Amino acid sequence: MNDLYRFVTGPLAWIAFLVFVAGSLVRIGHMLYLVRKKEAFIFSYFSMSYGLRSIFNWLIPYGPVNMRRHAVLTAVTFIFHLALIFTPIFLLSHVVLWDENWNVSYWSLPDAAADILTVVVIACCAFFWIRRMTQAEVRFLTSASDYVILLLVAAPFVTGFLAYHQVSGYPLFSILHVLTGEIMLMIIPFTRLTHMLFFPFTRAYTGSEFGAVRHARDW
Amino acid sequence: MVHDAVPAEEKTVLDEGIEKGASRLTEERIAEVINRVLYGEGGARIRVYVDTCVHCGLCSEGCHYYLSHDKDPHYSPAGKVKQTLWEMIRKKGRVSPEFMKRAAEIAHTQCNACKRCSMYCPFGIDIAYLMLVVRRIVHLLGMTPLYIQSTAHSHSATMNQMWVKGDEWPDTLQWQEDEARGEVAGLRIPLEKEGAEIMYSVIGPEPKFQAQLIYQAAIIMNAAGMNWTMPATSGWDNSDMAMYTGDNELMGRIKRRHFETAIRLKVKKIVMGECGHAFRSVYDMGNRWLGWKMPPIPIVHAIEFYYDLLKEGRIKIAKKWTDPVTLHDPCNVVRGRGLHEKARYVVSQICENLIEMHPNREHNYCCCAGGGVINCGPPYKMTRMLGNRVKAEQLFETKSKGAKTLIAPCHNCHSGLEDINHHYGLEMDVKFISDILYAVMEKPEKA
Ligand code: SF4
Ligand code: SF4
Repeated sequence: MNDLYRFVTGPLAWIAFLVFVAGSLVRIGHMLYLVRKKEAFIFSYFSMSYGLRSIFNWLIPYGPVNMRRHAVLTAVTFIFHLALIFTPIFLLSHVVLWDENWNVSYWSLPDAAADILTVVVIACCAFFWIRRMTQAEVRFLTSASDYVILLLVAAPFVTGFLAYHQVSGYPLFSILHVLTGEIMLMIIPFTRLTHMLFFPFTRAYTGSEFGAVRHARDW
Repeated sequence: MVHDAVPAEEKTVLDEGIEKGASRLTEERIAEVINRVLYGEGGARIRVYVDTCVHCGLCSEGCHYYLSHDKDPHYSPAGKVKQTLWEMIRKKGRVSPEFMKRAAEIAHTQCNACKRCSMYCPFGIDIAYLMLVVRRIVHLLGMTPLYIQSTAHSHSATMNQMWVKGDEWPDTLQWQEDEARGEVAGLRIPLEKEGAEIMYSVIGPEPKFQAQLIYQAAIIMNAAGMNWTMPATSGWDNSDMAMYTGDNELMGRIKRRHFETAIRLKVKKIVMGECGHAFRSVYDMGNRWLGWKMPPIPIVHAIEFYYDLLKEGRIKIAKKWTDPVTLHDPCNVVRGRGLHEKARYVVSQICENLIEMHPNREHNYCCCAGGGVINCGPPYKMTRMLGNRVKAEQLFETKSKGAKTLIAPCHNCHSGLEDINHHYGLEMDVKFISDILYAVMEKPEKA
């Protein structure tokens, strides 16, 4: 058990970060290469100001018309993404790890708050799961992989929650927590989680075409 | 997971172009063409759009087909990609001729390439583009719907959309000139006038069966004192169905002829009639195919032209149009060029009372005729009628507020809305801006 713990927190952690960073760079690099090779015109139509205008407007909760049409989903989506990114970065036990290993220290979340945010992330995943099952237009688009990805995103939070509350068998949950966290990080560049990497690009391109060429709004 | 399922209420339309084309196909040939298009010709956008789509379904409500079919997911924008491209990618192009028949039907008749959905997708994924990619595949497989393919043949043979022969064109212009001289003394439709400021271009159907639009344009140009001309040769037609069949090579030929005609006449700009798809072709797609970032000669759509005329006071209004009007925002010049405020200015100058339809401006519902769908002909008329119930509801609401005249400043919209008008018994009076402008303007001396 200890060996396993040392492995997942040691070499595997390195590998996970490496795969995430390198994988992301490769994906973005490959995309830019493809654009250059096949559709170079995209670069000439790209407009930084209209691209940013579009990204900015799509980051405002309830700004775009469609967000207002889906009031609950919009709230859940924003809360989910913020909690998903914010919690692991500012979790005290993660900050301590940075401190121990790299001598980097920064502000951390109070444990109670982190606990609540963890539950929030899990609840949001449950919401997305139910939405996929019940909304006809989403179910039609859904394949098994969508559920698997959702599980993989929820897993580090579920296991972390169990480990933190020291339910019976919690050492195993600690290991699973680290492991699933690493898996999630590693699959970002290779699954639909790439939307995290590509969002700024697709949004900015559409924003450029709408803004600079078509003189219209895209939200 | 059902992949090829056809929505229950969808009646099978027998389209000879699709059927004949499909009967000649093998899976090998299909795979070869699909892979050539997906990985040879294109690649960057297709790949990124397909990988980035999180299957959230948020684009659904962008689409009038989806809304009109009681939210049947087969008609949602991403649902159409699922039934076409996702499957092609998953099977590495090895899909059956049957599958391709359905794909052709979806891409050609269940998407107007109106781009409304890309304003509803959080990633701005351009489903219209993806459907045009499917049409490109369909074109290369030789299974384009019959009617629109025939239109493309006309483009190819005559450089206009309606098989208008070489001498029929100047004949029509002279005929309209004669007619107009009955109303305005000394009126001219100047042909081949080198160095004029404006070349006025129209779409094929105008000389064929809407010649009164050329008449009206001539009266407007004359009253405004414009230095204008029309070509006597081919190149007068700005329309382009090849853009919608995925025949990009032909699109390039047509646009080159159009631009080169304007360059030959040494005009300063091209002013075009009230057509949306033609505007998309000269301003957005055809010029790109030819390697021009922007059109080589400034292109002015009729809405913008009328706006300038009214702003500069070149046209005076005798008495505004009294019937309350409502204004349809055509996708290709609103989402495609942002002309919605100028259109409103023009309408406010020539009509007494504008009653807005909702949603409007960039968010207006498509007419369901554009994007080549109406050009797929009579077999698909019901596809358009059933696929755009929301438009009828939107118009009905406006009518109940008093609107009597429906202004549709685009040819496709105009014809499509006329069909909706009849099918749903709306009894509105569908007009171009020029119809009204012509009716209310001060005209020069009678003959
Ligand atoms: S018809 Fe318009 S809204 Fe519907 S899928 Fe096509 S582009 Fe999108
Ligand atoms: S809204 Fe965008 S990401 Fe969501 S299903 Fe539609 S195309 Fe995909």
